[in-house]
Amino acid sequence: MNAGYNFAYLDEQTKRMVRRAILKAVAIPGHQVPFGSREMPLPYGWGTGGIQVTASIIGPRDVLKVIDQGADDTTNAVSIRRFFARTAQVATTTRTAEATIIQTRHRIPETPLGEDQIIVYQVPQPEPLFRLEPSRAETRRMHGLSEYGVMHVRLYEDITRLGHVAISYDYPVMVNGRYLMAPSPIPAFDNPKMHMMPALQLFGAGREKRIYAVPPYTEVRSLDFEDHPFVATRAPHACGLCGATDSYLDEVVVDDKGGRLFVCSDTDHCETRRAAGDTGSGTAAAE
Amino acid sequence: MPYVAVKGGERAIDNAHSWLAEQRRGDAGVPEVDVTQIATQLGRAVERVMAEGSLYDRELAALAIKQAQGDLIEAAFLVRAYRTTLPRFAYSAPVDTARMLVQRRISGVFKDLPGGQVLGPTYDYTHRLLDFSLLDPAAPRPAPEAPAAEEAMGRVADILAHEGLIEAHDHSADEPADLTREPLQFPAERAVRLQALARGDEGFLLALGYSSQRGWGHTHPFVGELRIGETAVEITPPELGFAIDIGDVTLTECQLVNQFKGSKTAPPQFTRGYGLVFGHAERKAMGMALVDRAMRAEELGEMVQAPAQNVEFVLSHCDNIEATGFVEHLKLPHYVDFQSELETVRRMRAEAGAHLEAAE
Repeated sequence: MNAGYNFAYLDEQTKRMVRRAILKAVAIPGHQVPFGSREMPLPYGWGTGGIQVTASIIGPRDVLKVIDQGADDTTNAVSIRRFFARTAQVATTTRTAEATIIQTRHRIPETPLGEDQIIVYQVPQPEPLFRLEPSRAETRRMHGLSEYGVMHVRLYEDITRLGHVAISYDYPVMVNGRYLMAPSPIPAFDNPKMHMMPALQLFGAGREKRIYAVPPYTEVRSLDFEDHPFVATRAPHACGLCGATDSYLDEVVVDDKGGRLFVCSDTDHCETRRAAGDTGSGTAAAE
Repeated sequence: MPYVAVKGGERAIDNAHSWLAEQRRGDAGVPEVDVTQIATQLGRAVERVMAEGSLYDRELAALAIKQAQGDLIEAAFLVRAYRTTLPRFAYSAPVDTARMLVQRRISGVFKDLPGGQVLGPTYDYTHRLLDFSLLDPAAPRPAPEAPAAEEAMGRVADILAHEGLIEAHDHSADEPADLTREPLQFPAERAVRLQALARGDEGFLLALGYSSQRGWGHTHPFVGELRIGETAVEITPPELGFAIDIGDVTLTECQLVNQFKGSKTAPPQFTRGYGLVFGHAERKAMGMALVDRAMRAEELGEMVQAPAQNVEFVLSHCDNIEATGFVEHLKLPHYVDFQSELETVRRMRAEAGAHLEAAE
């Protein structure tokens, strides 16, 4: 396929345009920068923003890891990894520690990221306020004025009605004390990993044509109240395969009688632990 | 049942593609459809794909239709993804539809006018009876021919403009923005809106235009003129300094004439709703013109209440490539988010149960 297409698919002019947007995004942490998103050969909503960001920063010596739901072997992750293997001939890996660029949908790896790594998030909806105010012209004004009261009211209403905040993913964060930001639909469990992360975090929303970023060692706070602090939750089980009690778990239905097996959503984390001799019960958890 | 990790996504994808190719070809005993046949015999489909794919190339559009098994939105997507890789040599000069080589031209506001009404190749007055003779094809009866008009056929809106009855064109010296290079932002000027509508989904524009006729943002429209034909495209290469003709495109243009009561600064006059689409696409051009006029409500001091009048609503949702991608992305795994929702719902149910017990 490479004949007729530039390295990593996008032409160099487009990459420069995307890089300019990235630089601006890094300079204003959490601020959504509009960019001239291109039509990609993969559908909108399937990672076109993340793909354009990755295509613009990747070099021949990079090692790429792509995950979806924490796993390297989900079909869309396979498809995106193949896209870059085909168009950029870069080395790919499933090992978090070996990757220089990690493109992700819906998870942050359990293995802490380092200064020499970049994590690229695929973002379906960059506007954290969109459920409260659908007009993007209006939300832009609200960001300009740091007018985030509506989001606090939303959290407050949850607490008065339910006793706690009922947002379980895409939980809004304040970046560098200035911009309210959508962390993309990662589980709230992953939010604390964004805080003071040594790696550069880039967010690409292709259909909505926005790029934003969190530079290394930046403060990222999940929105909460002093008397109702943010709590990261996970299924209260150990991984059935590796026994981990601190990783985010997927729930797998194993029979039609309510049997469930809880396993690490991060496949690399789970495999690494199993290779080191950790084992889980291997059986379904009783409900 | 032992837990088996979901491996083999790569092989599954390869196999799915093989199956798809086999299904696309269909019964091997039936001759394979040829791209030229699609390009020449499924013209309306090809033109829709060229319009929504924003690339005027009949062969590529026909290829895309073949590849997509006739799924026109999928075909438009294929064309879009290809066009985005093409270099830009130049921007054309504005096309002059008054110099169009007209195949069809009708006006709903004047019984007769210079150049006349030209019905052209239309389905309008066909009785929608299945033509079973097409099952057993024979060459159609040759259509009678008339000599081509000597003079250019002036536009109806220009006739009204002579008397000042219709608003002037909103000429702007500024280069229009290029929606394919710059992100859509609000407020969006009319040139940007028309670009978005021209490549917008035919069904979406049809439905929104229809809604405006049923009271959701009424615009009192008349078809001033609908014309279809070939129009020359010109560019001015900087090294030449003068315009050269690079080819012809078939366009459908719809000029609506709409009522306007006047305002403090403008006397009562007719206003315009405009539609311009690649190919023979009357439904799309008319829907576009209705929606264009509806979106001018704010500018003309009308109440903005209906969906068709809301610029941000219309433009953010008219692109079917964006829409199909995001709607269909729900097929992707969401089990991490669903898991977090499961935990939240279980927790809320446990709390609700505790409350009920306490209350008893």
